[in-house]
Amino acid sequence: MTAYKDIATNKETAAKEVAEQRLVLRPAVDIFENGESIELYADVPGVTEEGLSVEVDGKTLTVQGDIQIDMPNEMRSLYADVRSTRYQRAFTLSDELDTGAIRAELNDGVLAVTIPKKEEVRPRKIEVSVG
Amino acid sequence: MFGAITNREGDLFDQFSRLQQQLEDYWAAPGGPASIRAVAPGSYPAVNIGGTTEGVDVYVFAAGLDKDSIHLEVQHNVLTVGGRVPATQPEKARPYLKERFNGEFRRAVALPEDVDGESAQAKYRNGLLQISFKRKAEAQPRKIEITH
Repeated sequence: MTAYKDIATNKETAAKEVAEQRLVLRPAVDIFENGESIELYADVPGVTEEGLSVEVDGKTLTVQGDIQIDMPNEMRSLYADVRSTRYQRAFTLSDELDTGAIRAELNDGVLAVTIPKKEEVRPRKIEVSVG
Repeated sequence: MFGAITNREGDLFDQFSRLQQQLEDYWAAPGGPASIRAVAPGSYPAVNIGGTTEGVDVYVFAAGLDKDSIHLEVQHNVLTVGGRVPATQPEKARPYLKERFNGEFRRAVALPEDVDGESAQAKYRNGLLQISFKRKAEAQPRKIEITH
């Protein structure tokens, strides 16, 4: 009986999660890699610094942002391409990345995240001594 | 509060006009008549339009714009927004995903008929370009006094 109840609640919460997921916007991203780090750029227009969250949980990097605009209370929508106020996207990180040293910067609605590689995995140039 | 320009609520007429917009998007597009300025879903930049009895605000979601490149034009209640998004390419880096828009863009939107094009004011903040218009004075609700 308890087990059955658990499944039911899970189903309910699962359905709720799916519904919530549908309402988030998936920001467009650019991702680059060089010897020292991985750079991620995400378009999150309308998001302020207070509305932005960049989180690392284990190996998952989650970027979330809420659109905040001041507008009159009585304003009604006449046309809408953007149907949600939340951006969200998650990425799986790999072992060689230094998750403790991630830096993020927000500029004109573009979020730039720098994920440095651990010191020991950065490419090293090996000097060749000619004898 | 912000929900006002994104949510699907609103009065019955709003819901009907949105339904019509969606139907046009999904079924009417091939062959049938669609708005003359309709764009494919996901076109850049995304635009929301909100209105009150006093004015109409157009929100253009364009992150990372080159501010000097923004140009706005209003002619016969059609607003044209143009600009340029510079490409991001760090040196000596190899790209994995490149989804973000870059380059020149131009988009035209039809405004409600009672909008005063002369009253336009624009600001660009947090990657959001907001163009505010006032409605024409004759379109404002007016209280009619009864004389005895």
